[in-house]
Amino acid sequence: MPPSMDQARLRTEQSMQKYRNTPNHQRQRLLDAAFKNLTRAAAFLVLALLLGILLSLLVGAMPSIQAFGWSFLTSSDWDPVAEKFGALVPIFGTLATATIALLIGVPVSFGIALFLTELCPVWLKRPLGIAIELLAGIPSIIYGIWGLFVFAPFFSDHIQPWMIDNIGPLPGIGFLFQGAPLGIGVFTAGLILAIMVIPFIASVMRDVFEVVPAMLKESAYGLGSTTWEVVRHVVLPYTKTGVVGGIMLGLGRALGETMAVTFVIGNTALFSTSLFDPGNSIASALANEFAEAHGELYLASLIELGLILFFITFVVLACSKLLLLRLKRQEGRQH
Amino acid sequence: MTAKKTKLEVKNLNFYYGSFHALKGVNLEIEAKKVTAFIGPSGCGKSTLLRTFNRMFELYPGMRSEGEILLDGNNILGRDVDVNQLRAKVGMVFQKPTPFPMSIYDNITFGVKLYEKLSKADMDDRVEWALRKAALWEEVKDKLRQSGNSLSGGQQQRLCIARAVAAKPEVLLLDEPTSALDPISTAHIEELIHELKQDYTIAIVTHNMQQAARVSDYTAYMYLGEMVEFGATDDIFTAPKKKATEDYITGKFG
Amino acid sequence: MNTSIYRRRRFTNAFNMTASMLTMAFGLFWLAWILYTLLAYGLSGISADVFTQITPPPGSAGGLANAIYGSLLMTLFGTLIGTPVGILAGIYLAEYGERGWLAPATRFINDILLSAPSIVIGLFIYEVYVISVGHFSGWAGSLALSLIVIPVVIRTTENMLRLVPNSLREAAAALGAPRWKVIMYVTLRSAKAGVITGMLLAVARISGETAPLLFTALNNQFMTLDMNQPMANLPVVIFQFAMSPYEDWHTLAWAGALLITFSVLSLNIIARWLGSQKTPSH
Repeated sequence: MPPSMDQARLRTEQSMQKYRNTPNHQRQRLLDAAFKNLTRAAAFLVLALLLGILLSLLVGAMPSIQAFGWSFLTSSDWDPVAEKFGALVPIFGTLATATIALLIGVPVSFGIALFLTELCPVWLKRPLGIAIELLAGIPSIIYGIWGLFVFAPFFSDHIQPWMIDNIGPLPGIGFLFQGAPLGIGVFTAGLILAIMVIPFIASVMRDVFEVVPAMLKESAYGLGSTTWEVVRHVVLPYTKTGVVGGIMLGLGRALGETMAVTFVIGNTALFSTSLFDPGNSIASALANEFAEAHGELYLASLIELGLILFFITFVVLACSKLLLLRLKRQEGRQH
Repeated sequence: MTAKKTKLEVKNLNFYYGSFHALKGVNLEIEAKKVTAFIGPSGCGKSTLLRTFNRMFELYPGMRSEGEILLDGNNILGRDVDVNQLRAKVGMVFQKPTPFPMSIYDNITFGVKLYEKLSKADMDDRVEWALRKAALWEEVKDKLRQSGNSLSGGQQQRLCIARAVAAKPEVLLLDEPTSALDPISTAHIEELIHELKQDYTIAIVTHNMQQAARVSDYTAYMYLGEMVEFGATDDIFTAPKKKATEDYITGKFG
Repeated sequence: MNTSIYRRRRFTNAFNMTASMLTMAFGLFWLAWILYTLLAYGLSGISADVFTQITPPPGSAGGLANAIYGSLLMTLFGTLIGTPVGILAGIYLAEYGERGWLAPATRFINDILLSAPSIVIGLFIYEVYVISVGHFSGWAGSLALSLIVIPVVIRTTENMLRLVPNSLREAAAALGAPRWKVIMYVTLRSAKAGVITGMLLAVARISGETAPLLFTALNNQFMTLDMNQPMANLPVVIFQFAMSPYEDWHTLAWAGALLITFSVLSLNIIARWLGSQKTPSH
């Protein structure tokens, strides 16, 4: 060993003597506890946030809750001048648009997930996956402005008249498709919501389809099944809970979506049974009216709308999460 | 020849993972500045035993130990023992190389800085000293600022040994340190173990009996969480006292 | 073999597989249409004025400078407030969360907040901050945005930390490093690329958010960098201008829409590229 190394060694050896006596570990232990508690506080903040949202909305909605009670949910009045408020129209609009979104979005999402997992050539998987993610990344206000200026005029010129003529007279469902071809309205809002939730539902479905063990699928193929039969009889039953979880996630998104709907739903508090008529959703009512609302009761009623929206989406999203967790646990058991 | 000095003494050690009884009443004395090897079929508890020497098991929930492990006469399983200080004294090298996501230089100084304040020059000396100890200096002296991940597997493992040595521990635990390496890197590291025992007490877990025979002074054969036989390596490999040990080292079992 | 059954099965299969391909095309069709529209309508509105002039009254020339700066400021502060909290909570979930009820509960609630309606976040900040301060402000907007950042960052931080192999934590602990140093200097560092990806995704998410700003930051016709004032921002200006009857406002709205989409999508792509570049693996 060269002499310089010996000296270095001597020096470090001496410094070793020193550190052994310093009560450095007391400080480290304190820092450790402090750090852990800091992270725990941050995690706790998430729970506090949820409680805070619920509580603040409840407090803000109190005047309206006291004034209208349960009738708030069943009344279709929305009269700021007379200070009479009921949530029926926006609740109906929210549920109707979300239902339309799911009716269109779920089959399409399923098809996309099926394509990406079973049919797509490997080299195309990534670009197409990114394209779907981009669709999810487009801000909702862009869907709104596009819906209002591009899609609604196109819809009212080319598709809506045909639907009014051909579906409108049908018994049973015809009443949903009557009225003037305005372009905007509940149906358009639902259609745009469908495009917005497709990427969310499709990517959950794709992810759950991919957890199906290859051996299971191969066994079915080994019996001479077609791709469709494998999907129908092996993949879908295996991933049932996950698929429903993905649909619920899409539903939660559709219920709470604000800007895209606000642009195209027409924003009227009048009740109509036709999906082609303008309507209102909870979120769009809030977006349109809240900043300009005057009077305690008006504000409180809007906040109560927000509370109802939060409650509904919370329940839907919680169900979605529980279903997805259950699939995960089932998958865990198999390995 | 100086008198035999015990560095680590294990007294009636029991260890549980949840309800699984992983170590059953283990007793053992590890001599200072010697190499003690632990052999046995996988799942026999040899790694578990090694991990009690620096209380590594405490990172995970559901694990607990009973009994005593004395390091220079002090029970390291005691509640008042500062685990971090203990680990500074008992270094460890793992199965797979674990370079930290930082430069080679910073990898070495990470452990040093935890307990010592050195000047830049002293730190440079320490880094060189540790890398020389691990027989890596010549290969990396011109690229100390490069990421530790840029090294080959064998070099990474020697970096990890240098990192452990740099912190100047008294005991060095090696948990199958060559199982992920090629034969040439393995030979490097075995030579290193010979060098290192001049200064450190070494405990090595290995699944390779030839390796145990080559590098160790003492060998412990474990089976199903029990210490079956412990003694001088020469005795264990040439004249085992127990049939089970003989069966294992002659390859009749395991 | 019964060929008629077989033929039927083959037909069903072909039919459904074609339908599946068509749904993929359906999805891509909307993406293409929306992007095309944005370029067609937005590009013509983009000029130097957009970046230098403030939002005009109807009928006069102007730009979006105040809205752009407002958006940048609020996004910046929203990220600065939300990211550290998100990273810390993510660390708790991944590193300390093995025992107790807090981690599973937080994880569950966080996933719900991730998809919760953002307009409700706006209402919440209105209730607890705007009312108590007495006016709309840039800070209120940033706070609302930060509450959207937090769940995104928590989720990615936890996922990325979980990818870091335990052997690395053990190696650092074996040197006698206290837990906080193990996490900050070794674990978190290994997951750095992933955590930054999460942050970028969060930034992308909030740069297009409109609903939570409507009654927190509100809007401002003038340029202000004072975070205590109501603050203009691109999404709300786009909303207001697009819903107005004025042609020149529409042009500006389209320009703004193009800007937002372009930034959001590039952030998304950068984030994914970064995420795929270096995932911790050993």
